[in-house]
Amino acid sequence: MQFAVHRNVVLRAGPLRRWVLIGAASVAVVSGLSGCSKSLPPDVAAAYERTPTRVRRMSQEQYANTIAYIFGRDIDVGTPFAPLRRTDGLLAAGAASAGVTAGELQQLQRSASMIAAQVLDKGSIEQKTPSRRDYLVPCKPASETASDDACARAFIQHVGRLLFRRPLEQERLQVLVAEASKGATDLHDFYAGLGPVLEGLLIDPKFLLIADVTEPDPDDPAKRRLDAYTLASRLSFFLWNAAPDDQLLRAAESGEIHDRAHLERLVDSMLASPRLEAGVWAFFDDMFGFEGFDNLAKDPAAYPMVTGATLRDAREQTLRTVIDQLVIRKADYRDLFTTRETYMSPALATVYRVPTQPGWVPYEFPENSARAGFLTQISFLTLYAHPARSSPTLRGKGLRERLLCQIIPPPPPNVDFSLLENPEAEYKTQRDRVNAHLQEPACAGCHKLTDPMGLALENFDGSGRFRDNEHGNPIDSSGNLDGVAFKDAAGLAQALHDHPELTSCLVKRMYSYGAGSPTSIADRPVLSYLNERFAKDDYRVPALMRTIALGFAQPLIARRSDAGSSGERRSETEEIQIEETQTEQTVTALNARG
Amino acid sequence: MRGGEQMSKLTRRRVLRGVLDGAAVSVALPLLNCFLNDSGTALASGAPMPVRFGTWFWGLGMNQDIFVPKKLGADYDLPEEIISLAPVRKHVNLYTNFNCFRDAAPNLCHKTGWVIARAGIAPMTTTDLPGETIDVTIAKKIGGMTRFQTLTATATGNVRDSFSYESANSINIADWSPVQFYAKLFGGDFQDPNAEEFKLNPRVMLRKSVLSGVMDSAKDLSKSVGAEDRQRLDQYFSGLRDLERQFDQQLTKPEPRPACVLPSAPKEEPKAGLDIDLVTLRHKMMTDLMVMAVACDQTRVFNMAYSQSAAATSKSGYDKPHHTASHEEGVDPKLGYQPQTSWFIRRAMESWAYYVEAFSKVQEGDGTLLDNMLIYASTDQSLARIHSIDNQPMFTAGRAGGRVKTGLHIDGSGSAGTRLGYTAMKLFELDKGSWGTQSNGTSKEIGEMLA
Repeated sequence: MQFAVHRNVVLRAGPLRRWVLIGAASVAVVSGLSGCSKSLPPDVAAAYERTPTRVRRMSQEQYANTIAYIFGRDIDVGTPFAPLRRTDGLLAAGAASAGVTAGELQQLQRSASMIAAQVLDKGSIEQKTPSRRDYLVPCKPASETASDDACARAFIQHVGRLLFRRPLEQERLQVLVAEASKGATDLHDFYAGLGPVLEGLLIDPKFLLIADVTEPDPDDPAKRRLDAYTLASRLSFFLWNAAPDDQLLRAAESGEIHDRAHLERLVDSMLASPRLEAGVWAFFDDMFGFEGFDNLAKDPAAYPMVTGATLRDAREQTLRTVIDQLVIRKADYRDLFTTRETYMSPALATVYRVPTQPGWVPYEFPENSARAGFLTQISFLTLYAHPARSSPTLRGKGLRERLLCQIIPPPPPNVDFSLLENPEAEYKTQRDRVNAHLQEPACAGCHKLTDPMGLALENFDGSGRFRDNEHGNPIDSSGNLDGVAFKDAAGLAQALHDHPELTSCLVKRMYSYGAGSPTSIADRPVLSYLNERFAKDDYRVPALMRTIALGFAQPLIARRSDAGSSGERRSETEEIQIEETQTEQTVTALNARG
Repeated sequence: MRGGEQMSKLTRRRVLRGVLDGAAVSVALPLLNCFLNDSGTALASGAPMPVRFGTWFWGLGMNQDIFVPKKLGADYDLPEEIISLAPVRKHVNLYTNFNCFRDAAPNLCHKTGWVIARAGIAPMTTTDLPGETIDVTIAKKIGGMTRFQTLTATATGNVRDSFSYESANSINIADWSPVQFYAKLFGGDFQDPNAEEFKLNPRVMLRKSVLSGVMDSAKDLSKSVGAEDRQRLDQYFSGLRDLERQFDQQLTKPEPRPACVLPSAPKEEPKAGLDIDLVTLRHKMMTDLMVMAVACDQTRVFNMAYSQSAAATSKSGYDKPHHTASHEEGVDPKLGYQPQTSWFIRRAMESWAYYVEAFSKVQEGDGTLLDNMLIYASTDQSLARIHSIDNQPMFTAGRAGGRVKTGLHIDGSGSAGTRLGYTAMKLFELDKGSWGTQSNGTSKEIGEMLA
């Protein structure tokens, strides 16, 4: 099947092409949710009230998606942003603390210049470039070689509103129109006058920083709430990974977005939009740590069948599976880890050793296949492995940290690991190799957390290819996950499916993603509430997104930025910690062996 | 002396002023033979050759027995792990027996060592990023005269591999693509300093005019946010100021630079991946571009990362990348070290030699580009096998405009490695009484290196 929209694919709105909001009647896809503060348990409502306001830096993808929505997908935006720092398991959570450096602003200026040139390009028949100005500027100037304040105003007002996610202030608008007029006069070119103005909008902090703005809550003078435009931005960046579209801004302008019933209809229609796929795609790409694919390569001597195309497709295969299972079929989130259904491309078929057709096609692994769910897809198996061999430790660590929200401590310093490695020894299998760690008390503390489940994936080498032996030695793929024993990867998949922290981890990550910052201890009542709702909704992800989205409208107390700077909000992360004393014992014991 | 250079620019600007008025103009300018003074020691305007600061980073340290020369001072011997430095030894100082002190902070593997070397601070957690790194501190002093305050590049192909931080949450991202790096340096906005004509770009004047509104917007936004976010807005505002300065420079005829020769554009990107041959190729391409960026005075502060801290560089046919090998490879009892791990370090040193030599090959005045710079090279561990940060080796290259002696092996007697960073800051006339925190704090220069 073909997806209507994939990552970075967004629809365009503008004077000629407007996004048509899908009617609420057609989207009764998720269960009803109260979300109303009056019906929330007091501790949950109180926790919502304490959520701080934030200033988030836009991500590269949000920037690209927003430009694509306003000006079209064919606009090249460059890559001006620094990657966000992974914080509490998510890149998106780093947005609340990311700064914009001088070097980054220079890159953003270059991108702005490039974008403005494309938007205002008059086109060329010889060079086969389109005249974008004809449809992206909503009017024709009286003369192309002179200023036209009315037309400049129309363009700046339209674009400024979509970029700033709220109407431009009149004073600023007047200044910008005057700048455009001066430029047009100096350069004898109306469109050349618009260029620097558009560039200025594109490097403005009101575009690049997503700042929460609050206002008094009319229902309770002691409380505040996100203002209508901030609420629209929260919804849009969360559900679509892009700035609000024209329709959403209209709902903010009219104030309807603060009406509970209208908000619910709005959220439902956003969930039913094809643009949801881009939002879900971005979330899982972040949660699964797929930015690691940006620089992933396999040793061609060890895995000649793995090329750059294989790894690109591996990432896409998983995300296509996510969209199909969770968005289109609205399957139980846990089934993502056991399903045999996926999509296949020619580059992947070589590694999976299955027949396929050109392009992406639906594919289901047979019942007797060793493949079942995300853990047995090439994406997970290659990302959490070495360039030339598998790694039970990295796979176990990836599983715990990415899917169960646990943290595996790094190896202790000042330990000579090579003391455990007998250069004379030839380990027959990876199990033999890691058993050296598991049998060593000082190492077992950490390795027992990762290796038993990682070893269950040993039937797949570092390229994700199936194998039933390693150097001629049979592979034992048995293992256990937190007390649940299994004999192979399918058993691991089922154990993960049934693990209670699988769903609570998704809730934590998705809530954090929606807020654009890490969770804290103060968020626990909200997380408990969301976990409860998620279970009642049969672990359907769109339903969870709906609950989280409606929570953005909850009343707040005081100024959130003040609360955010206090020391109250300690990290909520539950870590599997090796006690410091144990670490010291590890160091002492290992060094004593030297 | 820097004031002299500034004055020459003001004079030129004064000449140009009045004939612009929004229109493109061309002004005839001197030819190349007039670019230097008679002795070749300064620019034609009388301004001295600028002194630049650069850094280089490699991951996973060294094997002391085959890395540290036995002989101190000049003409130091080159043990097998650094034998590739032979062609550049006369330009390079090696600093050993200097220490990183973590005090009460934990030893965070592959982090503590490089953060102390570059920021003078022992981080407390893995997410505790350095404050301002030394390159940024120096750039604030000397980077304001050029198009880019700093340039940061990596040979890993990964934008995240940078060791340059403006603050805890603000990394200076690395240019990782040779094609994109070329476009950034020598694409549309590049002004050839040796061009006979200077053409003023009226669009830049308009950009500058619009920028004041953007600054007002930053101020406006700053009023409605909390204290922590206000700091981020201040940083943003400061970045806009830098942009304004950059626009000003584009409106000023650049000083001619005889050493500036436009390189040819890279035809294609090296393939993605960390195979050492790919990393070496990428390092060479990025270095060649960086050399010309400096020669053309596009920046006076530059950074290059050969690898990330826990280097994942791989070797075709060997199943462990460098970092994994450093922990899992057995020590060869006959050799006394891990041979594959050492192989990776040797290849890194080959690239370090290439980096130094590339700057030394460009003539500038009566010397070379390298003579007018100080490059500081550091790593993240000493013996990576045990994550040791004791005796982390460091290098410098270049004479910093005659202020530094070169070709020396200097023993630190166990003192703080931050002394080298502190000395560098003093060389660039930073008014710092000390640098570093707690045991890494120092106010003692390394006298042996000073000319």
